Amino acid sequence: MKYLLTTCFALLLCSPMAMQSVSANDEKTNIATLRNHTPIEGQQPTKSIPKVINNDKVQMRNYPMQPPLIPHTIRGYEVNLNSNKCMACHSRQRTAESLAPMVSVTHYMDREGNFLAELSPRRYFCNQCHVNQTESKPLVENSFVDMHKLMKQKSQQQ
Amino acid sequence: MNINRRDFIKANAVAAAASVAGISVPVQASNLITASELTKIKWDKAACRFCGTGCGINVGVMDGKVVATHGDIKSPVNKGLNCVKGYFLSKIMYGKDRLTTPMLRMKNGHYDKEGDFTPISWEQAFDIMEQKAKETLRNVGPTGLGMFGSGQWTIHEGYAAAKLMKAGFRSNNIDPNARHCMASAVVGFMRTFGIDEPMGCYDDIEATDAMVLWGSNMAEMHPILWTRITDRRLSAKHVKVAVLSTFQHRSFDLADNGMIFEPQTDLAILNFIANYIIENDKVNKDFVNKHTRFAMGNTDIGYGLRPDHPLEKRAKNAAKAGGSSSIDFDEYAKFVSTYTLDYVSQLSHVPKQNLIDLAELYADPNRKVCSFWTMGFNQHTRGVWANNLVYNIHLLTGKISTPGNSPFSLTGQPSACGTAREVGTFSHRLPADMVVDNAKHREISENKWKLPKDTIPPEPGYHAVLQNRMLKDGKLNFYWVQCNNNMQAAANINQEGYPGYRNPKNFIVVSDPYPTVTAQAADLILPTAMWVEKEGAYGNAERRTQAWYQMVEAPEGAKSDLWQLVEFSKRFKVEEVWDKEILDKNPEYKGKTLFEVLYANGQVNKYSLDEIPEDRLNHESRDFGFYLQKGLFEEYASFGRGKAHDLAPYERYHQERGLRWPVVDGKETLWRFKEGYDPYVTPGTDFEFYGHPDGKAVIFALPYEPPAEVPDRTYDLWLSTGRVLEHWHSGSMTRRVEELHKSMPNALVYLHPEDAKDRNLRRGDAVKIISRRGEVETRVETRGRNKPPKGLVYMPWFDASRLVNKVTLDATDPLSKETDFKKCAVRIEKV
Repeated sequence: MKYLLTTCFALLLCSPMAMQSVSANDEKTNIATLRNHTPIEGQQPTKSIPKVINNDKVQMRNYPMQPPLIPHTIRGYEVNLNSNKCMACHSRQRTAESLAPMVSVTHYMDREGNFLAELSPRRYFCNQCHVNQTESKPLVENSFVDMHKLMKQKSQQQ
Repeated sequence: MNINRRDFIKANAVAAAASVAGISVPVQASNLITASELTKIKWDKAACRFCGTGCGINVGVMDGKVVATHGDIKSPVNKGLNCVKGYFLSKIMYGKDRLTTPMLRMKNGHYDKEGDFTPISWEQAFDIMEQKAKETLRNVGPTGLGMFGSGQWTIHEGYAAAKLMKAGFRSNNIDPNARHCMASAVVGFMRTFGIDEPMGCYDDIEATDAMVLWGSNMAEMHPILWTRITDRRLSAKHVKVAVLSTFQHRSFDLADNGMIFEPQTDLAILNFIANYIIENDKVNKDFVNKHTRFAMGNTDIGYGLRPDHPLEKRAKNAAKAGGSSSIDFDEYAKFVSTYTLDYVSQLSHVPKQNLIDLAELYADPNRKVCSFWTMGFNQHTRGVWANNLVYNIHLLTGKISTPGNSPFSLTGQPSACGTAREVGTFSHRLPADMVVDNAKHREISENKWKLPKDTIPPEPGYHAVLQNRMLKDGKLNFYWVQCNNNMQAAANINQEGYPGYRNPKNFIVVSDPYPTVTAQAADLILPTAMWVEKEGAYGNAERRTQAWYQMVEAPEGAKSDLWQLVEFSKRFKVEEVWDKEILDKNPEYKGKTLFEVLYANGQVNKYSLDEIPEDRLNHESRDFGFYLQKGLFEEYASFGRGKAHDLAPYERYHQERGLRWPVVDGKETLWRFKEGYDPYVTPGTDFEFYGHPDGKAVIFALPYEPPAEVPDRTYDLWLSTGRVLEHWHSGSMTRRVEELHKSMPNALVYLHPEDAKDRNLRRGDAVKIISRRGEVETRVETRGRNKPPKGLVYMPWFDASRLVNKVTLDATDPLSKETDFKKCAVRIEKV
């Protein structure tokens, strides 16, 4: 059985799928990280469409002004001339029932900074700033540092 | 880990109790840091790195790192808002794979076209570049040298590059990626008005009664302008929005009148509107008589393919595409009279009532109207015509150059206007709308640049598409690409892109912050500083020039495009690049380097480092010993001052949230060509289109002509390509931001559910899109944000792992040389 598995593995290595895995040499010529080090003439097989994350878990923001990400699916949500489905839960009047976070107070301000009695029309299309997340892995690590981490480091040095 | 609110509070009870009891806890023990020296973020202003809207950004820096960004409340463009990309600007510079050392393809310690990328020093990088450039100059001459730049270059970078190529190397083979983006808009402006860039500004949105989107999906591509349009439409009930496109997209969510038309028939719809205005007696005769004249443009002008292509051989006026003859109003009226409601509705597949409602927005004398367009018009084999035709309907009704009446050509890139157009980085242009094939313009430029007569060559150089063709043909041998990703962006990669880069005759240099597809196709890669790692200025779509200071250091080893250009110029003596004849006539230049004649010329190096605030970084200036950015800007500004392109003194741009040119007597200009708003209009004329000597704008009679390639039995679908909200262009910055990547991980092909069913396809299936030129594999999307009609599919181009431009056709507008990325014929096969 063990022998069989090893043979299968060896065969797999020679299969076209395995040929497309990255060798050290590829990384020196096929350097484009976002192509997973594939020659320009070629293409790796595509992955299936990842699922939208739908766990209602709030994700920490990178900084306070970052628009929160949407932790639930919004498939079929209409936001158009006739209605705004998002505000059915996130408007001030609805949050007590829906337990959804209320849109930020900035969303009631017009261009000049005056507060309106209802959501400012300039903020009407929610998905220009707020987006879903899918179950996919980052393509490249990002070394952005949270201001809180920098602040803590400094305070510990003091 | 699941933890509910009560558990969470319990766990934090100690800290909470201490604070409630008023007990003072040492800083380290408190759960909050409050000391201002620790919490302080240094805020500064910049322009957004992404689209042509030009939002103001506040950038927060702590310990030399960007830690936050948000929309600048003081910026009149966006008043505190950003789109989702803009909100994540703080992370674009921090992809782990930032390039920090030059890399050359080498074998056995030497350059080899087939070698592996090997780290080398900057000194070695410039050595090999110098050697290859000089080899090309000796063997081929200046036309063997070329550069491909960007509408994302800063103004300073574009200006330094244009000068280095056109005056230094004496090659006009420099072109920006803006050629793919709004070259058709430029030629449209020059033909109709004789001067480039929009007459109106974003303030038109708040003043108008109707907005028409011609092939533009502003909801995704100009999201913050879209918030202004949304604001206007939803706060004023009488305002109407019309949206035209070849497929349904997010902008249709706000449309009172959404229209899907058959590709290319926008030309017919525009002529129908002109005809409707005339037939219903809605022509503003007084305006038309005083301020316009009519012309009949040449037709049958070909498709900008290689000259031996059958379509080019067949075209009667391929060589005289820009020609026209004078006609009068009656002749024009007769010309458009064939564009009847019946004919155009049948051709375009737009229902008659929708066409009438659309035409009424323009015809109704009591309604102000704005038209907006970008790539739908510009990336079009008749893109210049489409631009001319939309001006026609605004001119016939006099709905132009006044608040709320505005034909508005949007730009895609942050400095397509500021750098590509105003600086003149195109292969045929010089600063301030001047052109290389005009002897007077060359003389003006040579004088301003303090260079000998005849330094600038008179023949226009290779434009973007021609550069790729010339690389393939082995005629362009030293090629430097900066600030763009053309191996992913240009059409027909397999046949006309990649072969040229890998042609053994050519040496390709690519400057980029990240290892992109284009970098992979290069021979030498230069690691590059980006955005607020350098001082810069951009010019947005409403003529607003905005500047920023350098705020953080670039990663060790990375240098800005500007530094690279200026430093490289030191490697050349004028004897090595200019004709002997020029030097014999002007012996005072002998022995000088290009750095000395182009940058240390007494003008660019005029401003001392003392003018840079002490606490400001400025890598380039401190390296070269003078305030380089100011010197370049002021020399450049001298071209436009007094010529209706006036810019303010440089330092003012560091104070203001941008200013819209012409800036005359310290005041910006909101509406051009209209007396009372534009100081260049002669008093008493009311309107003056002073780009043309007679002060008149031209109304062009131009027909509908079919596209270069249409679906047939073998390739039975239209393919349109484009961008998405979440990613900027080829995604080289935004796909390195986790949140943006996870929101839009891959480029899918959007198709009609019935087209999917007919091909036995379901959502998520792997498919190949195949054209006569190549294929790309992707996945099927049938219920996404884009809803194509039957017979058309859409795939965005941001995804480096799925290169849709292997499939597209490199047919261009013969006038603007801009590629049509919106129309070619494909078929789809299940994988």
